[in-house]
Amino acid sequence: MTETVISQTIEPTATIVGKRSWGRALLTPSFLVPAVVLAILILIALLPGPIAGIFGHGDPHACDLGRSTDGPANGHPFGFDLQGCDVYANVIYGTRSSLSVGLLTTVLAMAVALVVGTAAGMFGGWLDTVLSRLTDIFLGFPFLLGAVVVLGSVGERSVLTVSLVLALFGWPTMARLTRGAVRGVRGAEFVQAGQAMGLSTWRIVTRYVLPSSISPVLVLATITVGGVIVSESSLTYLGIGLQPPAVSWGLELSAASGNFERAPHMLIFPALFLVITVLAIIGLGDALRTALDPKRS
Amino acid sequence: MADQSEAAVLAVEHLSVAFGDKGHESVVVDDVSFAIGSAEVVALVGESGSGKSMTAMSVLGITPFGSRVRGRIVVGGLDTVAATEQQRRMIRGRVVSMIFQDPVAALDPVYSIGFQMAEAVRRSSPDLDRAAVRARCLDLLESVEIPEPERRLKQYPHELSGGQCQRVMIAIALAADPDLLIADEPTTALDVTVQAEVLDVLRKLRRDRTTSILLITHDMGVVADLADRVVVMRNGKVEEEGTATEIFGAPSADYTRQLLDAVPRLGRRGQADPGPEADTPVLIMEDLVVEYGHRIGHKFRAVDEVSFSVGRGEILGLVGESGSGKTTIGKAIAGLAPITSGVVTVDGVSLADTSGARRRAARSKIGIVFQNPLLSLNPRYTVHRTIAEPLRLVAGVPAAEVDDRVTQLLSDVGLGEAWRFRYPHELSGGQRQRAAIARALALDPTLLIADEPTSALDVSVQARVLDTFRELQSRLGFACLFISHDLAVVDELCDRVVVLHNGRVAEIGDRHQILFTPQDPYTRRLIDAVPVPDPAEQARRRESVAAARA
Repeated sequence: MTETVISQTIEPTATIVGKRSWGRALLTPSFLVPAVVLAILILIALLPGPIAGIFGHGDPHACDLGRSTDGPANGHPFGFDLQGCDVYANVIYGTRSSLSVGLLTTVLAMAVALVVGTAAGMFGGWLDTVLSRLTDIFLGFPFLLGAVVVLGSVGERSVLTVSLVLALFGWPTMARLTRGAVRGVRGAEFVQAGQAMGLSTWRIVTRYVLPSSISPVLVLATITVGGVIVSESSLTYLGIGLQPPAVSWGLELSAASGNFERAPHMLIFPALFLVITVLAIIGLGDALRTALDPKRS
Repeated sequence: MADQSEAAVLAVEHLSVAFGDKGHESVVVDDVSFAIGSAEVVALVGESGSGKSMTAMSVLGITPFGSRVRGRIVVGGLDTVAATEQQRRMIRGRVVSMIFQDPVAALDPVYSIGFQMAEAVRRSSPDLDRAAVRARCLDLLESVEIPEPERRLKQYPHELSGGQCQRVMIAIALAADPDLLIADEPTTALDVTVQAEVLDVLRKLRRDRTTSILLITHDMGVVADLADRVVVMRNGKVEEEGTATEIFGAPSADYTRQLLDAVPRLGRRGQADPGPEADTPVLIMEDLVVEYGHRIGHKFRAVDEVSFSVGRGEILGLVGESGSGKTTIGKAIAGLAPITSGVVTVDGVSLADTSGARRRAARSKIGIVFQNPLLSLNPRYTVHRTIAEPLRLVAGVPAAEVDDRVTQLLSDVGLGEAWRFRYPHELSGGQRQRAAIARALALDPTLLIADEPTSALDVSVQARVLDTFRELQSRLGFACLFISHDLAVVDELCDRVVVLHNGRVAEIGDRHQILFTPQDPYTRRLIDAVPVPDPAEQARRRESVAAARA
């Protein structure tokens, strides 16, 4: 009854008739706050020098062993680490490598996971069997042992090589999740409708299946960024991560972990940056997901 | 009214349910009052959004979070609106029980029937020992007429049919001997023959146990079959209330009259009106077999040597109950189910043995409309994109002409231009199905497969969508395979009918001959099971069935 009244006599009341923009959806605090935080972090990563120098002691390698593990002092807002280096300068300089490792690893792992997971979930059959077993093998592989072997045999350990190794062991979980989500959507009626119309498989996958199944993978990816930054620190702690004189939050955290009862500031400040980064990325992912969902009110 | 509400099992007085903040509040139930006496069946009927389910949920105090309930609902001596959550819990399952639309989903798949029943029995009478609980379970199963109750206790929900599951749900609901049973669309998910059996069980309940029933349904046939009194709701308000005979015989509200008119009825179209002359067949199907299952191990034959053809401009109805293979046949033609053997030819192209490119070309001549448009439309596409995509990518319409074609299609299906850039979830059910029909017609199909296109819609919406459909078909002249479980809809729309039973053709022939002089016993049973929206006729039928059994 109401249906015809609405559809045939009254036109919808909302003013936007035409392509709707996402712009309005993005101008909300839930998007702006994490976006601004992340923008600041990226700025720090690009220009560490001037920002580290704000308090007058911008060189992360200018250390004074006499002030080892001293707490925050004038000009040294985050205090000193074990070697007596300025923690603030180290955290600022560490942003670049930590952020790069976190984002690069996640993007690489997600790219592999989406390809493998979608292929396995969409086509099934022997391809699914082969890809799923491959995923299982990588999942069963002990991460640290694998990383030790691979990184040990790599000559130079840079942000790129460390990211590659972390991604090598990071994609299987995401691939499994993708496969499950794709399997859930591939039998949906709107996908069948697309197939029956004679659309190409590529179009079905990219326009029908993936948009509806990517949400859980995106959520996992945003969480992964934080995990990866921490993993880098454990690799570095074992001496197979980034090599000194490289600076990263992971290096800071692993150095601090043994002394944090005596000098908690060494742990707290790098950890604070890590937490803020992870929260900003998770928040951004959430806001983007909401903005891209047509069902948002 | 005063002494009726005193004896009432349930009295609802000035019930209102609202959502949202003060100021922009949306009222979904608005000042509803009615009462149910002892051993009385009251039907709450209305279309989606009428507030009938929300009214029932208010009785048990299970309205969704954020709702505000006002008024009085007295049941078992307790006002459930004013009561505390703890007091309400004493009412639920003991004084008032509820059964739901989908019995298979309502039962827990990991526990046996016996376990789930024993749980309900123990909750109402905790002192019983094992043997007594078991005896009570068997008793309950017998009262809902389940064959072999002993064996059922050990079985799991997936081993039972939908009708049996609904009976188990009723048995569980009866465990505490409630005064009132709330049945929310109890037979909507069931086949007609099964529906008839479940309705028998409910009727027997009222007779033997004096349980009152609040029946919530949109199906006027079910109402005519079971209800003593009817409350017609629309947009949260009571439009009309009266005995079943009054409502069906002499409805006073305009809305009730429209609602009854919209219900498709067998035989309304009459015998005249012969279908189009047998033309060149667009679809020819010979001995189609579709098997599912593993290469090793037993295979399941969903479709077993089915042959028929559909001519240009003809609407062929494919009817049958769930599991009859009707949907599988549609999918096999569209290339969504494997053809194990047999020949399917569309417009002269055989689908089984041509190359991929030719098959794809043949397939683009087939349009499909699915049952539930909310599921069959891409949730991330606007209406425009949904219709433009096949035009652009499959038919290769130049970009400049796409807009005009979409405009044309939208006006063909009666969907306003303003809905063009809306997403499916922003449309009503009928509008969504119109968009889905427009998409199916975008490629100018020679064959349209419509799989239960209106069964997810309200009756008044269904009537309009069917009108649009009929008008389009006669103008565009495509051949149509109309898959449906609703014989009345098939009667109003189709030229010829194929009746399927367990994957085989039970009967095939002219619409009028199949529906009014069926030869096959299964067809006859199917037709007899359809409830008619007329209480007197329904009572007469029931007697004749009872007589036939005796």
